[in-house]
Amino acid sequence: MNMSPVLHDTQRRDRMLTIGAALLGLALLFVFDSMFDPFTMQIFKLCAINIILALSLNLINGFTGLFSLGHAGFMAVGAYTCAILSMSPDQKAANYVLQPIVPWLANVHLPFLPSLLVAGLFAGFIGWILGIVALRLRDDYLAIATLGFSEIIRVLLTNAQTITNGSLGLKGLPRYTTMWWAWGSAIAITIFLVLLIKSSYGRAFKSIRDNEIAAEAMGIDVFGMKVLSFTISSALAGIAGGLLAHYLTTIDPKQFIFLKTFDILLIVVLGGVGSITGSVVAAIVVTVSMEALRFLDGPLNLGFMVTHGIPGLRMVFFSALLMIVVIYRQQGLMGTAEFSWASLSRIGLLPKRSSKEAAR
Amino acid sequence: MSTLLETKNVNKKFGGLAAVTELNLRVDEGEIIGLIGPNGAGKTTSFNLITGVYTPTSGSITFAGHDITGMKPHGITRLGVARTFQNIRLFKEMSVLENVLVAQHMRMGTNILEATLRLPSYMKRERHIHERARTLLAEVGLSEHENAKATSLPYGKQRRLEIARALATEPKLLFLDEPAAGMNPQESVELMEFILKIRDQFKLTIVLIEHHMQVVMGVCKRLYVLDYGVTIAHGTPEEIQNNPKVIEAYLGVE
Repeated sequence: MNMSPVLHDTQRRDRMLTIGAALLGLALLFVFDSMFDPFTMQIFKLCAINIILALSLNLINGFTGLFSLGHAGFMAVGAYTCAILSMSPDQKAANYVLQPIVPWLANVHLPFLPSLLVAGLFAGFIGWILGIVALRLRDDYLAIATLGFSEIIRVLLTNAQTITNGSLGLKGLPRYTTMWWAWGSAIAITIFLVLLIKSSYGRAFKSIRDNEIAAEAMGIDVFGMKVLSFTISSALAGIAGGLLAHYLTTIDPKQFIFLKTFDILLIVVLGGVGSITGSVVAAIVVTVSMEALRFLDGPLNLGFMVTHGIPGLRMVFFSALLMIVVIYRQQGLMGTAEFSWASLSRIGLLPKRSSKEAAR
Repeated sequence: MSTLLETKNVNKKFGGLAAVTELNLRVDEGEIIGLIGPNGAGKTTSFNLITGVYTPTSGSITFAGHDITGMKPHGITRLGVARTFQNIRLFKEMSVLENVLVAQHMRMGTNILEATLRLPSYMKRERHIHERARTLLAEVGLSEHENAKATSLPYGKQRRLEIARALATEPKLLFLDEPAAGMNPQESVELMEFILKIRDQFKLTIVLIEHHMQVVMGVCKRLYVLDYGVTIAHGTPEEIQNNPKVIEAYLGVE
């Protein structure tokens, strides 16, 4: 490549900054882990899970331009797969009180990592099957079909008593999702998605989003690419579901109603449809403020009136925020832009390129 | 010279509307063929039929010995048919360079694992398509815009980017849908020269739809004239200019 040595300097600086930031991040995680009380840690872990969920929804909605609302379904598939595989036979016996679990699952007992991987693969497989059928639709029709699918999953989970324990749910799951598991997965998946989006496949996904007819005319197998993107997105949602199950330690079908999808969609829209940076930042901000604004649900003294606690009032804040974003800043926090060290130096937080370099 | 593209009795009906009736095109290798006719004559529909956007109601289309009737557009592109669009269809959120890179995806022959993990075999091909994309952009005079957003380019340059993107798919046959639309006479002359240049340089066969008679008469060897979906005339530019049916279709009759 005809890179001049000066340009190399900037590249080397950026690489050093990246490594530095990664080390700092790791050190911060370690400090948080030893400093924070368990409750704060829970929120912190939830941030990581929400990052995975937002990124996986963004892959399909933001980068491939398919309006899919089936995420809660894939999370549910992942959560149940991971939970059932990793529970010990004793725990299963204690949980399945109404009807015993089917014999072929009764004695399955896998460690966390394989359970989580199988959860991802299985959710991906379900996503692949749904994709082959539903991706013949587009726009609103696809949204309705995927929304319907996620409700079907929930109904199946409620009624497959001998496999999922029905509406009783599964309780007392081992608390496997430590901070290292949650953030490790989030970081690994973020890196995976950044590499994917920057590759030739990422470009193909984006071309479908930008102009499907032109993408097809440029030799992109549009349907195949859509199915691929949908499958990856579902698999990642499944992994997030698995992490969530062992984070909450109790799951039941009601947790995975379609409103769960909209929570994630909120993050994606606020962060920027088509921006990995936006999703990561918005996932953290929204998760933390969900907790920080909890006081809104309790009794409030507004000076002129006193409320006695209105549950759900904090959601009004997010609704208002979403409306403001949709009206005044449709592109969300980041639009389709991504974080880079160069963008920091553009806004003056890092030294600009050296004068020698600028003279090129 | 051998026949590259042939359509046999191709019909396309949208409900009760016969958009294209009995289309019989024959395009030989290395030719530049013009497709003309008044608005709504079925020219773009013909392009869409050949490039796979629409499936013909009846008839068959053969390209380079392959029956491509009813094939998917990306399969037809893979065989070596590329096109531009009348109403420009660039990948609007992507950079000029990326627009050309995408068009080479299918020729990379890479798999998703290789690409995501950035294995050396993939990175080598990635470098190759970057080089080729830059060469093509230089060819159409867009080198200095490679990092600009595609839709930030002025109209004429967007048209050129569409051509560069189409060339990136390594076509044998190139369809240009109104390449001179919105150009002034000077630009049209440059376009004519450009079309002849890329024909020779990339060993292309070109079919173009154009209303700009100067361009059509200047570069095309043969013309097909459509009116209400029916081929009303076919021949060299001179023959077409003096054909009473064509004059009638364009100017009406007293």
